[in-house]
Amino acid sequence: MSAVVLAELAYWQVSIFRVLGLLAAVLLPAGTIVYLFLFKMMSFMQSRLGPMEAGPYGSMQLLAEVGKWLQKEDLFPDGADRKVFAWAPIVVVASTFIMYTVVPFGPDAWFANIPTGIYFALAVSSVSVIGILMAGWASANKYSLMGGLRSAGQLIAYELPLVLAVLGVVIQAGTMDMQGIVEAQRNGEIFGLGFIGNPYILTQFVGFAVFMIAMQAELTQPPFDMPVAESELVAGYLTEYSGFRFLLFFIGEYATAGAFSAIAAVLFLGGWSLPGIGFDADIMNLLGPIVMLTKMMLIVFLVMWFRFTYPRFREDQLQIFAWKYLIPISLVNIAVTAVLKVAF
Amino acid sequence: MSSTDTDNADGAPATDELRNSLVEGLTGELHDGVVASHLLPGRDLWVRVTADAWETAGRVSRDLLGCSYFCYLSVIDWLPSPFGRSMDSSVDNLLEGVTAKEPEPMTHGVAGGDTRFQLIARLYDVHRHVGVNLKADVPDDTLTMATWTKLFGGANWHEREAYEMFGITFAGHPSLRKLYLPGDFEGYPLRKDFPLLSRMVKPWPGIVDVEGMPGVADDEGGE
Amino acid sequence: MTAISERQQRAYIASQAADMRVNVELETEGMTLNIGPQHPATHGTLRIIVKLDGEQVVAADPVPGYMHRGYEKLTEVRTFPQVNTLINRIDWLGSFANEVPFILAAEQLMEVEAPPRAQWIRTLLFELSRIANVTLFLGDMAVQLGAVTPVFYAFRDREYVLNLIESATGGRFHPNFDRIGGLKDDLPKGWIAETKQVMVKVNAFCDELEALLLGNEIFNVRTRGIGVIPPEVALSYGLSGANLRASGVDWDHRRDTQVGLVYDKLDWKVWTHPDGDSFARYWVRLQEVREAAKMVIQLCDGLPSGPIMAKVPRIIKVPEGEAWVATENPLGEMGYYVVSKGDLVPFRVKIRSASFNNISIVPWLLRGVYVPDVITILASLYFILGDIDR
Repeated sequence: MSAVVLAELAYWQVSIFRVLGLLAAVLLPAGTIVYLFLFKMMSFMQSRLGPMEAGPYGSMQLLAEVGKWLQKEDLFPDGADRKVFAWAPIVVVASTFIMYTVVPFGPDAWFANIPTGIYFALAVSSVSVIGILMAGWASANKYSLMGGLRSAGQLIAYELPLVLAVLGVVIQAGTMDMQGIVEAQRNGEIFGLGFIGNPYILTQFVGFAVFMIAMQAELTQPPFDMPVAESELVAGYLTEYSGFRFLLFFIGEYATAGAFSAIAAVLFLGGWSLPGIGFDADIMNLLGPIVMLTKMMLIVFLVMWFRFTYPRFREDQLQIFAWKYLIPISLVNIAVTAVLKVAF
Repeated sequence: MSSTDTDNADGAPATDELRNSLVEGLTGELHDGVVASHLLPGRDLWVRVTADAWETAGRVSRDLLGCSYFCYLSVIDWLPSPFGRSMDSSVDNLLEGVTAKEPEPMTHGVAGGDTRFQLIARLYDVHRHVGVNLKADVPDDTLTMATWTKLFGGANWHEREAYEMFGITFAGHPSLRKLYLPGDFEGYPLRKDFPLLSRMVKPWPGIVDVEGMPGVADDEGGE
Repeated sequence: MTAISERQQRAYIASQAADMRVNVELETEGMTLNIGPQHPATHGTLRIIVKLDGEQVVAADPVPGYMHRGYEKLTEVRTFPQVNTLINRIDWLGSFANEVPFILAAEQLMEVEAPPRAQWIRTLLFELSRIANVTLFLGDMAVQLGAVTPVFYAFRDREYVLNLIESATGGRFHPNFDRIGGLKDDLPKGWIAETKQVMVKVNAFCDELEALLLGNEIFNVRTRGIGVIPPEVALSYGLSGANLRASGVDWDHRRDTQVGLVYDKLDWKVWTHPDGDSFARYWVRLQEVREAAKMVIQLCDGLPSGPIMAKVPRIIKVPEGEAWVATENPLGEMGYYVVSKGDLVPFRVKIRSASFNNISIVPWLLRGVYVPDVITILASLYFILGDIDR
């Protein structure tokens, strides 16, 4: 969709495109992540094949699973608070959808262009904590309650390193606008060399590491998956969920992984821009999403790789790690970035 | 009061200094508490003590003789099974109105014994690599023995199992309750007069050498 | 047996179900949590009633017996060879190891000694069952801690060992191969060469795990200092095997009380660790697998030729007497106290299983421990339900 075509559509038509695009942007990466990484990559790393029956090489497995969950009985536990129980997964998924709206996929292929894009995204991502607490509480199950409380503590603790890591990028880019950050990376130079732009992973490597770790924790993936620690609490706050509601949580988990990876790709890898092509070129509206998808998958690959390899932290060790190590490191990172930004 | 057999079983030493010293140590402390002992040189040692000396025997073994490793504690029921299970008993099924076999005379094993139930426990010295099997007759009237839980932590579960399987109470045990069986189980399963239900349903078939093909009469059995 | 009404039946089922489900009442001071009997962490149906104060355990009470099969009663109605089949199923992961002490006790009473080749092959299969058993532990403890990948490597490499056992004995899990006086059969052709190749794979697996887990900071921080058992307490509770050696007590049946197996002809060493925490228990078992692989190769190389069965009568009547034999099984010390009255069937068999004592320390050990550490400690103690419950 070039700028010319866009200008000729009415606002409500553009909005419909945006909503449909958002749905596609959320669900397609989630599905790809689940199939490619969760089913296949995890299996290959564990010297097994993974799903092979449903469709060629098991590619239809996700459809089969979705179908299975959809046709299950809608259960409410006996003592559960029905309204809260029903709304918890919706809150979690809603926060993911909203996070995607500020991610740009091309010079004009965006859903909402907010000047404080990254700030908005981080703020909205915290809303999922409420959803998890709702799930843990409303399940009327000791295990779920313990899981919900644990995860709330963890998510809040790791918000701070996430934000602080991003601050380094914001200082370097000089703007909170996501498009502006992409542009700054595209047009910047490093050591006077301009042909690859200035993806901030090169200068903000500390911030990148902190962001990746905090992201792992925000997604409650191992090594930070105490809230859903399978061997101990069965499934934590998810224990009592089945059927469609569990599907929502499941989609939410992997869509959030995609969302955070997209944000990381924008912040650290240069977003949808490619080094050779000009910033405003129309071709980028077509290529941009593909480039974004590739960079997203790269980061999700890292997330998933850590997930299958490491054992999990204990809750208090998790908190110690966040408060005593990650936050001071990211504060130092900000200070150094600010100094260097002024100096150079 | 202790008799020591010295067996010269294939290559084993004629006298076993280490195990003799264990016997002497126990006799020295317990005096009349040690009723009998049996020593297989190079192999093993059994010492039978009186019921009153049971706890002291454990304490002496642990502190003086260095046997600090608690292996196990259990009970042997010397009553021959009224349901029979040896080669001659082709009929096992009491339900068919056949009277139970005449109980064979109760014989005891190594180091002798006087009562129906005998406690047996094993302690081991991990440094000198020697162990002692301690036996004690459980008094028939009270079926109560002193507990070893203050000496060895592991005795807790073993005594609970002895209690639920044989009905022997241990005085001083912190919480003597069932270990394996559900709370409402009645009876003491490992006693010889507690029937094994599967043998009531299908009697002991005797020794079957070669089972016939299905459908063919089972003539080739039994010797 | 009187028939019970359907209402009574339903009431009984409901009470059982309520018993098994998680206790929903929230008590204000202290929460009682039921870990098990159906729970991914407990290897089988072990129920642990845990009283919590926040995240810390105040009291723990394991309730075994969900798998109690009454073996000691059953042995009183089985002939000696039939008992062999029964006791295979006590520790079902390394099941050849269960047969050996019983067979040795019976041989002691019969005053029969198995020929050298049989003794060597017995030792070989004993060590192979150790490898099969402990490799599963190595992967399984990782899963309890959250690392989902090593367990697949463990199962993959165990398969080779199980295939070996199957080709020699006919059964992967329940070989039932030992006989009083020797073994059932000789080894098949080509087995020795294949075993040596498999040991290479086992060593590679151990190296892989060492790189993956032992150096990992998260693994270290989850297991070091967790569940420390001082050596005196370990001895007093009768802990055995790697649990005891990880507390620094240098004791191994294979070296110290060996009877009937050929460990004195091999070059091997006993591994101990001074710390006594969960990491030590994992580490000792990892080294033991390596050591077992080393021993298997030596056994393969030095296997003497000869008969595999001594002269024993067709129908085995074991003379009167009592015998105790204990061996260093994969789980710990397993012993049989066999009382025989000269019959076809034993008079009394006391089965001393390792996990029974290993788990009896749980009430003492779990006081003041955090809930996630409960799982780590249970995983590191390593029990098999069949071994606890018999």
